[in-house]
Amino acid sequence: MLLLEQIANGLLVGSYYIVLSLGLSLIFSLGGVVNLAHGAFYAVGAYLAYEIERRLGFFGAMGLSPVGVALIGILIERLALQRLYNKDPMLGLLFTFGLALTAEQSLRMIWGTTGLPFSLPEQLRGQLILGDFIYSYYRLFVLAVAMSAVTGCWLLLNKTAFGMVVRAGVRDPEMVRALGISLRPILTAVFALGVALAGLAGVLSAPLAGVQPAMGTEILTATFVVVVIGGLGSFWGVVISGLLVGAVRGITVYYYPPAAEASMYLLMVLILLFRPRGLMGEKFEKFE
Amino acid sequence: MSKKTERTVAQGRRKLIKQTATLTVAAAAAQFGFPAILRAQSDTIRIGHITPRTGFLGQVGEYGYKGAMLAVEEANAAGGVLGRKVEMIAEDSVNPATAVTKANKLVERDQVICLIGEVSSASGLAIGEQAQRYKIPFFNTGCNSDALRGANCKRYMFHIEGSNTMYTKTIGTWQLQKNLIRGARWYFLTADYAFGHDLYKVSSRFLEQNGGIILNNDFVPTNTADYSAYILKIRQLKPDFVYLNLAGVDQTTFLKQYKEYGLPYQLAGGVMDTAPFWATGLDALSGHWQSLWYHGLNIPSSRGFTERFVKKYGQPPENQAWGDYMGVRIVLQTVAETKGTEASRIVQHLEKGAEFDLLKARKGKFRDWDHQLLQEMYVVNVKDKSKSKDQWDIFDIVETVPGPKESLELIQPTQQENPCSLPAA
Repeated sequence: MLLLEQIANGLLVGSYYIVLSLGLSLIFSLGGVVNLAHGAFYAVGAYLAYEIERRLGFFGAMGLSPVGVALIGILIERLALQRLYNKDPMLGLLFTFGLALTAEQSLRMIWGTTGLPFSLPEQLRGQLILGDFIYSYYRLFVLAVAMSAVTGCWLLLNKTAFGMVVRAGVRDPEMVRALGISLRPILTAVFALGVALAGLAGVLSAPLAGVQPAMGTEILTATFVVVVIGGLGSFWGVVISGLLVGAVRGITVYYYPPAAEASMYLLMVLILLFRPRGLMGEKFEKFE
Repeated sequence: MSKKTERTVAQGRRKLIKQTATLTVAAAAAQFGFPAILRAQSDTIRIGHITPRTGFLGQVGEYGYKGAMLAVEEANAAGGVLGRKVEMIAEDSVNPATAVTKANKLVERDQVICLIGEVSSASGLAIGEQAQRYKIPFFNTGCNSDALRGANCKRYMFHIEGSNTMYTKTIGTWQLQKNLIRGARWYFLTADYAFGHDLYKVSSRFLEQNGGIILNNDFVPTNTADYSAYILKIRQLKPDFVYLNLAGVDQTTFLKQYKEYGLPYQLAGGVMDTAPFWATGLDALSGHWQSLWYHGLNIPSSRGFTERFVKKYGQPPENQAWGDYMGVRIVLQTVAETKGTEASRIVQHLEKGAEFDLLKARKGKFRDWDHQLLQEMYVVNVKDKSKSKDQWDIFDIVETVPGPKESLELIQPTQQENPCSLPAA
């Protein structure tokens, strides 16, 4: 029973990993850029939320902060990142790594090194108790937002013309170009969408873990692990992997807490042993 | 060429090499050796500051840096020490391995007269070993682990920060007074590194000695972002108290999420740093905690320090800022009193019981056999939100421990509890 509760709670935690990892996976799949600054966008999302929340409340922050992050993303993509597509992957890696360091230090310089307090929104305080199980309203809300984000992304990718071009671009960019479709604006849009998701995750985490400059660096590794377990380029792979990582972590805390943070890495090792491309990774020519 | 000339040439070359070597050594000595000594005599007094400025202890460490910096500026504004200017060279210690590299750099290249700082007990241990090797004093301003004052104590290491035992006994004395321990069931959450393990040992020993029951202890990895799984376990076991042996950002994260689940079990803890509590916000705080120093302390010298700090940095000092501020002050006062920067004389002077104004009601001095600074601590209570002046105003001071008539040794580990034996200087 207790174990079941831990697993259910783990799935809840996992839904939040999905929002983060989905963006990372999208950006990599289409542009081939390993975005090491993904955590930085997540942190910027939380800091913007801190500023907006004081003026427009939590829900205002949740709506506006990801938009702000997307705008910053567009600016960076246009000015710098787009020059690095289809170049040596090392260039993109170095650029985004440098960006992450610069961003973290900028957050320190603007808002100080100390964490900033961020309260749970009034409307979402309290807990839902179902028999032995307990859920905080806020986490259920996070779950709902995460599920909406996942559904939205799925619809966007599978039911729109934009999504069709993205999927085609992931599979075979040259063919897309040969058909006379420019991938450039699509790449920008996907990058903006990806970092907006990171920003959204940052807003959602602020009431739970507070806002502090190192938050991006701390979350980045977990995000990568989820993407790698799920399989590069796979939408459902990321979703399943996020839930799996959450559940495994819950079980580990139940039995042996010291290994809680290591559990996802062990999971990754095990899965890569049997499925080197991740759970649902597909064989794409451009990744070989 | 005959064999003889050959040998002569070879000898000549060897001689040349020897001469060159001698010259080089002499030049090096002239360049680095003598002037360095001269400089140390006539120029500035250099202090090495080493503390984590990034990572999960970074926000606490940053306050330490600011406090130390303020002390240096004040000393220079007052004309320096022994007529010499004071200069502080600061390094981010990051982790134990980097801390060693940085400590070596500060001593060898920057020729500092002492090291001040650190928050992580693991790094503090590493720096202590370097200080002992170089025979220059290290003033620990933020590491709580008892082992640093006990099994790993060093002649050249001094502790301004309170030990885990001091923190535990401070809140414990109050809990005993209120009869909260006997028969009460405690759930522990402990940071999974040197500091946490040490703190768990001391705090569980204290509670058990006084009739408390330890229900469970979870060793939690540092930098944990989500505590819901632990909170569910706590809820199932229904303890009377949850005892937190976490530090830094982990404290903030836990406190916020504990509030989110609204469990009725009271919180206490083996350590309290103000910065993570500030970051948590009054909304999610409750209970009685212990403090080494708090900016609301109503003592004139303490208020003065707070005012000067606010003037310079725009916000009140955290207890870590106090610690590093005291570190610099203690070093400079000792240099003034021993009329020099010689390490062995500094150590002797401190061991002989030199007294220092700690911005508290009573003066403090270092215990000669383990180098722990004997001082007062405080029991604080989370403030009623309606009475809080600003986001920094989160505690009321409930009482001073040890009380005005009690010995400062009251909260210290006894010689039986603390296996320190210092080798001769």
